[in-house]
This record gives sequence, C-alpha cells and structure tokens, in this order.
Amino acid sequence: MLIGLYNYWVVVVLMMVGFYIVIAHGNLIKKIVGLSIFQTSVFIFYISTANVDGGTAPILAEGIEQYSNPLPHVLILTAIVVGIATTALGLALAVRIKETYGSVEELEIQNKDNQDC
Amino acid sequence: MKDLLAVVMLLGIYSLLSASFFVTMDAVDVAFTEAAVGAGVSTLLMLVAITMTGRKEHPTRHKPLLAIVVVIITGSLLIYGTLDMPRFGLAEAPIHQHVAPRYINDSMQEIGVPNIVTSVLASYRAFDTFGEVVVIFTAGMGVLALLSMVRRSEDTENIDSNNYSMHEQHLILRIVSKMLIPFILMFAFYVQFHGDFGPGGGFQAGVIFASAIFLYTMLFGMNTARRVINQAFIQILAATGVLLYGSVGVVSLLNGKSFFDYSALASDPIAGQHLGILLIELGVGITVAAVMIIIFFNFADRRNYSPNKDSENS
Repeated sequence: MLIGLYNYWVVVVLMMVGFYIVIAHGNLIKKIVGLSIFQTSVFIFYISTANVDGGTAPILAEGIEQYSNPLPHVLILTAIVVGIATTALGLALAVRIKETYGSVEELEIQNKDNQDC
Repeated sequence: MKDLLAVVMLLGIYSLLSASFFVTMDAVDVAFTEAAVGAGVSTLLMLVAITMTGRKEHPTRHKPLLAIVVVIITGSLLIYGTLDMPRFGLAEAPIHQHVAPRYINDSMQEIGVPNIVTSVLASYRAFDTFGEVVVIFTAGMGVLALLSMVRRSEDTENIDSNNYSMHEQHLILRIVSKMLIPFILMFAFYVQFHGDFGPGGGFQAGVIFASAIFLYTMLFGMNTARRVINQAFIQILAATGVLLYGSVGVVSLLNGKSFFDYSALASDPIAGQHLGILLIELGVGITVAAVMIIIFFNFADRRNYSPNKDSENS
C-alpha cells in the first residue's frame, strides 16, 4: 500500500532540494534556479495526481474508454508559461541589483548596505 | 557546483527530462509547453542573465546545517501528510470524481473540440486563463520597466561593428539556421491552429514563435533583429493580444450572455465555441510571443549597454 505513494515522495524530495538551494545559497541566480526546481516539483505533483492507470492522453478518440484527468494539465500548462515570465522578472531584478551593487551575492549586498548607513 | 554555466545547463537538461516525464504521465500538452519553455527559453534567459551577473558563485553558504534541518522538517511533515493520499494512478481518487468526468464525457457535445485540454483551457476555464495571460503581460511590462533603456545612435554603430566579425566566423551556423527559421515559424502556426485537435495551443505556439526570433537575434545581432521587429510595435502587439482575449468576453457580455460564453458569437453554439476558442487562442499566442520577445530583447540590449553604463557611473 505504502509503495503506491512513491510519486508524492519524489515530489517531496525535489521540493526539499529546491527549498535547500533557496535557503542556503547566497547567489541570487542560484536562488532563482532553486525556485524553478521547487516549481517543477509542484508541476510533477499535479501531473502525477492526474494520471489514471490504463488511461491515455485527454484527446477524445474512438474506442478509448479511460482518459487522464485534463484539469491538472490545464492548470500546469498555464503555470509553466507564467513561471517563465516571473522567472524572467526575477532575473531582471538580479541584473539591476548587479548593476547597482556590483554583486549578486547576498552577503556582499548586505555589507554594502551596512557601509552606506 | 560553483560554475553557474554548468548549473544553468543542468537545469535545461532537467527541464527536458521532466518534459519526457510529462509525456509518460499522458500530459502531452504540458510536456510540449515544458519542452519549449523550460528547456528552450528559460535556459536561454538564464544564460543571458549570467553573462551580466557573473559566472562564478561565492563559495560561502548561510548556516547550511540550519537550512538542512528546516528542509528535513518540512519534508518529513509533507511525507507524513501524503500517508492519507490516494494511491498513484487510482481511478477512484477524489480528483477524478467531481468536475473531470463532465469535461471528459460532455465536452464533445458542448464544445465540439477533441482535445479536452484545449476545451477546458479556452472555454470552461477561459476566465482563469485570461488571468494567466494578464499575469504574463504584467511580468513582461515589469521586465520592460526594469531593463529598458533609451537607445543612442553612437552605440548602435558600435554594436554593428562588433557583430560583423562574429558573423564571418559562424557562416555554416548562420546559413543552416536561416533555412530553419521559416520552418520553425510555420510549425508555430501549425501548433497555434491545430491546438483544437492535437496537443498545442496559444501558449506553446507563442513560445515557439518567439524562439525562432531569438535564434535570428542570436545569429544576426540585436540591430538586424530590431530592424525586423520594432520595439514599439511588439509592445503594442503584446497589449493587442490581451485586448483581443478580453474583448471576446465583452462581446458575449454585450450579447446578453455571461462573460466568455461563446455561444453568443454565432447562431450555432458549436460554431460559436470554435470561433471563440480560435480567437482567444490567437490572443494568447500573440501576447505570449510578444512578451517573450520583449523580455529577450531587453535582456540582450542591457548586456550590450552595461559596460558603457558602468563607466558613466564610476
């Protein structure tokens, strides 16, 4: 019974990896990479719950009884494109921080702020 | 890993792998999007960003032990939460009980489109998708506000001479890609208009269209690309896509139906649905392509100008 839950555990492990990168790394680009891994873990969670044993892709055709659930597919499809748009916004912020502070490392930015005041 | 270039490349491979995972999970539309977005555009944008922010990461970490403890606590709580979840692939799971059977059984009569993902995306949940398109548009405007800069004529000449030598070196690449670009554009249109019947639709088509433009820009330089696609024009196009989407909803409102009820668009409800889906997918495609091009152009422009700007600041 427990082994049937492995899809959730894969998602949890991926999420933990992304979460660790976001917390522990000081580099802003690395943090964005961590966020996108975190994000993919949520995508995989939704898509794996949509799967049905013996089901096929949700495109109607003759002679197919069992389809996978189309609703999570719709949600994740749009989420992926929104994800890239927000990632681009994050990268744009990182680029501006680099131009202003000369660094994308959190510690160096903090030191520079402390010197200023 | 300290080298961010390697990190970004691995992220691209990871995205491609998750796209193939989505195929095995029967989510063909999602896989399509992930392959185009995650493995293509996202990797490219990250690469452009690290050329500006530096390739090497500082080796220090903030309290890695504390981070590991926090992550493990979160992870174990989540695993504890999964113990009650339905088994993987179970057809009786609650997620398959409520609204999904209606989409699967009735969408052919109500919408008349074989691809259920398209009919849910563009018709049943059109209002939701409208929100997503507005978010994409807003993110594009955010990047524009953060990175756009006034172009000066003397800089333009500089870049021209920089790019010229590059062109001479990559002759084979240029010719092969030049042959490929029309096919990529054609494929984008196929994906756009065939989305009702197979995997595809506005989101994927927009990204594929934009990636053809990226390829052109990378090979022939920003200036040539700017001559093909004008910044002001592409900004108007991004807004036009959102407006087209929204106005389809307003038309159905004016005809006395609810927002995004496409049966108002034609006398026959099914024909109305087809027209409505076609129009809003077109709106989505235009917005996504335009926003992606805006984002990429602004990043690439910033890269060319940043040395000048630094010297002005110092």
